[in-house]
Amino acid sequence: MHDKILLSHGEGGKRTRDLIAKVIARYFDNPVLAPFLDSGLLGRIEGEIAFTTDGYVVTPPFFPGGDIGRLAVCGTVNDLAVCGARAVAISCGLILEEGLPLETLERALSAMQEAAAEAVVTVACGDTKVVERGKGDGIFITTAGIGVTVDGWRPSPSVIRPGDRILLTGTMGDHHVAVLVARQGLSLSAPVLSDVAPLAGLLLPVLERFGGGVRFLRDPTRGGVGVTLNEMAATASARIVLDEARLPVREAVRGVCEILGFDPLYLANEGKAVLIVDGALAGDVLAALRAHPYGREAAVIGEVEEGAPGVRMRTLSGGLRAVDYPVGDQLPRIC
Amino acid sequence: MRLRYIDEFRDPATARALVGRIRQDAGGRPARLMEVCGTHTVAIARSGIRPLLSGAVTMVSGPGCPVCVTPDGYIDAAIVLGREKGALLASFGDMLRVPGTSSSLEREQGKGLDVRVVYSPLDAVALAAETRNREVVFLGVGFETTAPAIAGAIRTAAQGKVANFSVLPSVRTIPEAMGVLAADPEVRIEGFLCPAHVSAIIGADAYRPVAEAHRIPCVVAGFEPLDILLGISMLVRQVREGAARVENEYTRVATPGGNRKAQELVAEVFEPCDTGWRGIGVIRGSGLRISERYAAFDAERKFGVPVVFSPERTACRCGDVLKGKILPGDCPLFGKACVPDEPYGPCMVSSEGTCAAYYKYGAT
Repeated sequence: MHDKILLSHGEGGKRTRDLIAKVIARYFDNPVLAPFLDSGLLGRIEGEIAFTTDGYVVTPPFFPGGDIGRLAVCGTVNDLAVCGARAVAISCGLILEEGLPLETLERALSAMQEAAAEAVVTVACGDTKVVERGKGDGIFITTAGIGVTVDGWRPSPSVIRPGDRILLTGTMGDHHVAVLVARQGLSLSAPVLSDVAPLAGLLLPVLERFGGGVRFLRDPTRGGVGVTLNEMAATASARIVLDEARLPVREAVRGVCEILGFDPLYLANEGKAVLIVDGALAGDVLAALRAHPYGREAAVIGEVEEGAPGVRMRTLSGGLRAVDYPVGDQLPRIC
Repeated sequence: MRLRYIDEFRDPATARALVGRIRQDAGGRPARLMEVCGTHTVAIARSGIRPLLSGAVTMVSGPGCPVCVTPDGYIDAAIVLGREKGALLASFGDMLRVPGTSSSLEREQGKGLDVRVVYSPLDAVALAAETRNREVVFLGVGFETTAPAIAGAIRTAAQGKVANFSVLPSVRTIPEAMGVLAADPEVRIEGFLCPAHVSAIIGADAYRPVAEAHRIPCVVAGFEPLDILLGISMLVRQVREGAARVENEYTRVATPGGNRKAQELVAEVFEPCDTGWRGIGVIRGSGLRISERYAAFDAERKFGVPVVFSPERTACRCGDVLKGKILPGDCPLFGKACVPDEPYGPCMVSSEGTCAAYYKYGAT
């Protein structure tokens, strides 16, 4: 094998076969992928199917707490999980730039392998393309995922009503700041790690146990909790009022926000979910979330109230203000 | 990195106590106060202070957003420098969407105008040093806080003989504008909440002439919610006493005399001049132009492209908003023809603009 990716690795000939057999197959060793057919044959799947896809272009591809490989698995697993589905199989599309060190590819594949094992999902099919030097940025990954939904559970924004509570499974902005710090070379005395994690193990048992008591959930990735809640409020025609004092933010993230003028509400997360829950069950749901390692810092951050739809925030000073969609100022290629 | 003293300036119990004190001191007749600075406007909107004080204090927003008060003619001149003189323009990001007479830098950029966003005037000097075959013009927009950085960049360029660097200056000084607003019978302000960062440079004593000439209290305040509430409380007490003192809430940063070193740098590179403020008009002695000694770095003189100040367009009421005569919601365009995505007036463009702050945080 060469120590760098060459154009011929994507041409379909011997080098492509070598790359697949000697590198990629080492990381995705499972009976569905192993025959290397044109499709992965998954057999019969019982239940309602959910299907999603996402592309991953984060720069830099390795950052504190994660990398593009872990992100590519978790992002798709989480898109399924917030629709109530347990991931069964995902695809792996690699777009590599000529000259990419093989070691970089292997690090990303190893991280995918580890994340797929954690999420108990099979990498069932794949594709590798190589683009000329300067036409890509090292490595891009796309994954699509198929999942089976929790029996009987469906997102039901239409039943959201005043008194329902808004829960967030942990601190805001960790992923965004980790990538920003890696990109800008900022030095922090307390490092911020990306929260990138597969959330099925945290969320699906909660859906199984509380059923329709959990009305609606989303993962606040790009645009953060602020944008996600605006979308949820619009879908549900609900008025969501946040309590600034209860928003969980790590001290180091807050420090970065203060210096650079960011609002943690709009920073991307890759291992968090926002849930709208029946007010009567909020305490029990919170306890269940906190019992899981990925939900230890979960908090009730607000409530659905009567009144004009949209998102508002009760500030620390006791005032009330709007939380709108941000205009501009987004960090590109955060995931 | 470890930041302390964030929560200390946002403590809910202290905020409640201050709000109670302000209400008690106001005694049912609302005091009409102006926060001069755009950063205060945003902080007040963001922390929801305005509705919290309703009935006790009416806060009107002032002209302290440098982007907002930069006249149409400045954008026009910048476009001429890029288009006709072939200069590479370096600008703070906020300026790009500000409308000129018929276009904006962003729109011209779409048509091929070379505009680079920089975070510091020194970045523009570095850009010029790397691009010796082209003229680089920095769009030097700002108040007393930015003036030292622009002056420093000009001096650095002079010392390093970066002759292809120049600045199109649009630098304004706050106390002179406050004097005009204090004298305007339509504005009717009873006290000024003075900017934090500007005051760190010019010092709290810089407001004495305004306070004395117009018999109006001035309080320098920091940008945190408790700074603002305490500053307002100090102003309300002065209004009730009929006092007109300059007081300083922001003693942890702003001193009576300000930052001497920065002042000396500004005095070396700039000299006072009369200048036009969008929506307000020409204010005597409220601008800073590049002094004779550094004339080679003045883009207006270097290229013979003067910034022409002209009255603005009709429907947009940014001028009245900047003077505190109306609130953004009173403008017929606000939230309709003029939104942050498609701004009509500069107050909706800048992140520190009054209209943008009201739009972003104001819905109830």
